[in-house]
Amino acid sequence: MSTVTDPIENSSDVRRSRNDRNMGFRRLRDAFFYLLFLSSILVGIGALIVLLTDVFISGFRFLDLDFLRNFPSRHADQSGIRAGLVGSLWVISMTAAFTIPIGVGAAIYLEEFASDNWFKRIIQLNIANLAGVPSIIYGLLGFAVFVTAFGLGRVVLAGALTLTLLVLPIVIIASQEAIKAVPDSFRAGGFALGATRWQVVKTIVLPQAIPGIMSGIILAMSRAIGESAPMIAISALVFLTFSPAGPFDRFTVMPIQIFNWAAEPDHDIRDVAAAGIIVLLVVLLTMNAGAIYIRNKFQKRRD
Amino acid sequence: MVWALKLAALISVVTTISIVVILIRESIPFFREIPIWDFLTGTTWTPNFNPASFGVLPLIGGTLLVAVIAGVTAVVFGLASAIFLSEYAPDKLRRIIKPILEILAGIPTVVYGFFALTFLSPQLQKIFPEMIVFNALSAGLVMGLMIMPMISTLSEDAMLAVPRSLRDGAYALGATKFEVAMKVVVPAALGGIVASFILALSRAIGETMIVTLAAGASPNMTFNPLESIQAMTAYIVQTTLGEAAHGSIQFQTIFAVGMVLFVMTLAMNIVGRIVVARWSEKYE
Repeated sequence: MSTVTDPIENSSDVRRSRNDRNMGFRRLRDAFFYLLFLSSILVGIGALIVLLTDVFISGFRFLDLDFLRNFPSRHADQSGIRAGLVGSLWVISMTAAFTIPIGVGAAIYLEEFASDNWFKRIIQLNIANLAGVPSIIYGLLGFAVFVTAFGLGRVVLAGALTLTLLVLPIVIIASQEAIKAVPDSFRAGGFALGATRWQVVKTIVLPQAIPGIMSGIILAMSRAIGESAPMIAISALVFLTFSPAGPFDRFTVMPIQIFNWAAEPDHDIRDVAAAGIIVLLVVLLTMNAGAIYIRNKFQKRRD
Repeated sequence: MVWALKLAALISVVTTISIVVILIRESIPFFREIPIWDFLTGTTWTPNFNPASFGVLPLIGGTLLVAVIAGVTAVVFGLASAIFLSEYAPDKLRRIIKPILEILAGIPTVVYGFFALTFLSPQLQKIFPEMIVFNALSAGLVMGLMIMPMISTLSEDAMLAVPRSLRDGAYALGATKFEVAMKVVVPAALGGIVASFILALSRAIGETMIVTLAAGASPNMTFNPLESIQAMTAYIVQTTLGEAAHGSIQFQTIFAVGMVLFVMTLAMNIVGRIVVARWSEKYE
């Protein structure tokens, strides 16, 4: 006679639970992994704190008004970040001027006007792929196209155009999300009042989507201001003793100067790099604080 | 006016085409001199020596060595953080911890490079006295710190998408919190977790400043993380800064190396997206 085996009785989980009647062990294991998971997070946060403290301690002694006013120098105590700071501000403002209309425009087209066909899908796939292309590749692209083929040379404009291509996917994707989040009933309300597609976009969709679009733009600009690799490919200059006065001047940016200082074997010069990093982080922090302020202001008005 | 918006959207397509065209066009003169097979299979990279040798494998090896160290570091800490945030942390704590982790993702890479070179390397030298200042290990560890938020955020999103009812079912059978996390939530979110790992690894391969500052400029074929290496991205930056004349074969190499880099990261990003689309469970 064949023995009928009960599938449940024989399943490994049931056997295991029979075997480990010891609830104490399972509780202990639970507590152990709770601590392990928690400490993983603390490692990440701890590393961040160590990084910021290290930078601050190293760079603090060089941080004064002269550091903002001076050009880089062979003497650590006379060195300054002026060329990089002015260069970064030039490049970022021009990048913003190009990126905002193109990025928001593309997002409006894709969300409000494009019909859902192969053309839209190709563009969408493209944007997703571009977001994953390493930034140094954009540097090679910008060098070959803007610096060489367009004959612009290694100037502010070439840097700004390169960064524009680099951050466009971020702005487009964020703006699309913001536009998507506007409920369709709002649009329907506009159409019911006889508004055209344009009027609906301009007076209903965009005002609702602006906080989301804004945070996307700030995120993109924060990314752009910290980019070193593509800027080295465009500018190449690491030791510049003048600041640009227009879009067709040669330039350097803060990250390039920090890179240059950090690569020096001299310990004092490396601490100058840390001072440069503090300035860069303060600029980034200001931008993000601005983003939060703008978002709160717009959101209050909406309520 | 719609045509203007359409034009803006088309810029993305033009960008992709330009990248491909530029990389191919600028590296054609190089591949006329050096057969593409020799380039891809050669194990010596000495573009500035006489006679020069253009085997790209040491650069690929250097890139992968750093990326693997970064990937292992980031997946261990990132996944554990994601499990903690999604399964353990109360909402209040989550709202404090998440923005802090996101700060890590927003720090410029040159800052990480500085940290690896001037802080971590000297610390590690106390443990491994034979290690030189420029090494794959500290670059990899710091890069792991950089990509950890990416793995933790994307994995946590995948875990949060696992419906409550699955967890409740397991709890009803008497499972503990750890058992629910490891036997129910992680397997159910595996698609998203694997994808986050692939995307983070692709990010690590394309990262430039950490390896340029901290990993060195010696194209070694080595698996020893204590040695100095040269990554593909670092080679491109170091050559751009060097004396190679525009039009020389040394200068053309950066486009050939750029092509390898572009193809590798593109392939990984596409695989990552396929994994998300195919593998992720759909819950109604």
